[in-house]
Amino acid sequence: MTSIVVVSAGLSTPSSTRLLADRLVAATVDALEEATVTHVELRALAHELTDHLLTGFPAPALAAALEAVRRADGLIAVTPVFSASYSGLFKTFFDVLESGQLDGKPVLVAATAGTARHSLVLDHALRPLFSYLHAVVVPTGVFAATDDFAGTDLDARMRRAAGELATLAGKLSAADAATTRRSVEDELAEPTPFEELLRRASRG
Amino acid sequence: MQLGIFTVGDVTPDPTTGRTPTEHERIKNTVAIAGKAEEIGLDVFATGEHHNPPFIASAPTTTLAYIGAQTERIILSTATTLITTTDPVLIAENYAKLQHLTDGRVDLMMGRGNTGPVYPWFGKDIREGINLAVENYALLHRLWREDVVNWEGRFRTPLQGFTSTPRPLDGVAPFVWHGSIRSPEIAEQAAYYGDGFFHNHIFWPASHTQQMVALYRQRFEHYGHGPADTAIVGLGGQFFMRRNSQDAWNEFRPYFDNAPVYGHGPSLEDFTAQTPLTVGSPQQVLERTLSFRDYVGDYQRQLFLVDHAGLPLKTVLEQLDLLGEVLPDLRAGFAEGRPAHVPDAPTHDSLVAVAGQAEVLA
Repeated sequence: MTSIVVVSAGLSTPSSTRLLADRLVAATVDALEEATVTHVELRALAHELTDHLLTGFPAPALAAALEAVRRADGLIAVTPVFSASYSGLFKTFFDVLESGQLDGKPVLVAATAGTARHSLVLDHALRPLFSYLHAVVVPTGVFAATDDFAGTDLDARMRRAAGELATLAGKLSAADAATTRRSVEDELAEPTPFEELLRRASRG
Repeated sequence: MQLGIFTVGDVTPDPTTGRTPTEHERIKNTVAIAGKAEEIGLDVFATGEHHNPPFIASAPTTTLAYIGAQTERIILSTATTLITTTDPVLIAENYAKLQHLTDGRVDLMMGRGNTGPVYPWFGKDIREGINLAVENYALLHRLWREDVVNWEGRFRTPLQGFTSTPRPLDGVAPFVWHGSIRSPEIAEQAAYYGDGFFHNHIFWPASHTQQMVALYRQRFEHYGHGPADTAIVGLGGQFFMRRNSQDAWNEFRPYFDNAPVYGHGPSLEDFTAQTPLTVGSPQQVLERTLSFRDYVGDYQRQLFLVDHAGLPLKTVLEQLDLLGEVLPDLRAGFAEGRPAHVPDAPTHDSLVAVAGQAEVLA
């Protein structure tokens, strides 16, 4: 079964970011027909994220969230717009994610804001971030200003983005991507033999 | 079982007084702490190596030689020796010299160092960290074992007909541990050579330490050095104790809350639950320490970090006195249920004995 993880960085309760995240999940599950969904709400992890920045290791709840992202077939990432970009909390989560964990992973990016003037945040902030992380960002991003929650366009856009995510996540699992970097978990499960480490050291 | 302490040599303000020791004080305090370690009956004193402020831990063999001259029994070690940015030729020379001066009371722990700018200061690149550790140690290993070495590698100028002097004491290289928190490649390296593997242990949850040690043990067996449970494992640890547990919590909290590594982050309660840090009575430190075996198996070396976070010398020495009091119980506890075939950590004498046997067989 396809596993979807949704990371949302809304701060208030209820939050429009969480609302958008929930609707994207529903649309994605519809498109996949069956899926397991794990919701990572960053507000509850705010302390552990800061601790991780300072100590270098994740406390249990954050470790579980990072592991869920590592194992996910597809990711939905939703942030509020703060000062013309994703929120600091949102960025912190992807800062502490070990390198290589998003290699080849399909990601649907979405953002909320008070006004449509922020809509380019998807293309100016979120896409570069996930490109750097070697994720495959689906072509359709979903931006929702406050007004959009009263309109009719948002639903069609969400279905389109969810369909794209379902197509990629259903077919391509990150583990199959030929270019995936080896993680610490990979090395622990199947260590690179020392002779190979020696060859690499001298080859450069 | 070897019990000891390790220091990183940080110069940190005491958060309760705002006072920062001078470099001179910190250096002399380090020597006093090492002397105390021998006095209370510990087996190992290990110093870190840093080449940037706020540390005074450069020139580790100078420190260790000075301590060696003032002590008689304690093993002098490192935590860690920077195998990435230090020329392996210099490591070979310096530690062989130290072996001679201290009559073999020397071993080393290899580490990579995680401070980016230190690498270019020594003409290296942190992104090559693993490759540097692998290639430099391959050379060091030969320099101590072969009288004449021809070498060509990527990270230093070639050597033709090179002899590292002095030759190791009694023809036996110092025992080497490889330390890494998070790089399975280093556990693999330790296993390949049949060297020791040391896990820092104090900055990460036990579940992670367990995985790293398990990998090392499994690969040690794979490379034919013996059964997995005979691999040579060391762990870090840290504690703060007072006779009354609540006194320990009250006194240590400001040091923890402002510590350079984890200060202003997790609560002391969270950190003691998530890592091996133990704050409490001597009995609680004893019990927690003996529980490390539950997830790494019977092991060979336990080193504690005691002089950190700006703790004044007086407090550090008091901590060591308390450690000295529980030392007999720690030793008895570690001996309890330990299978006879689990070896002790190699020492100079044991390595000389093994080399002698090998010569007889040859």
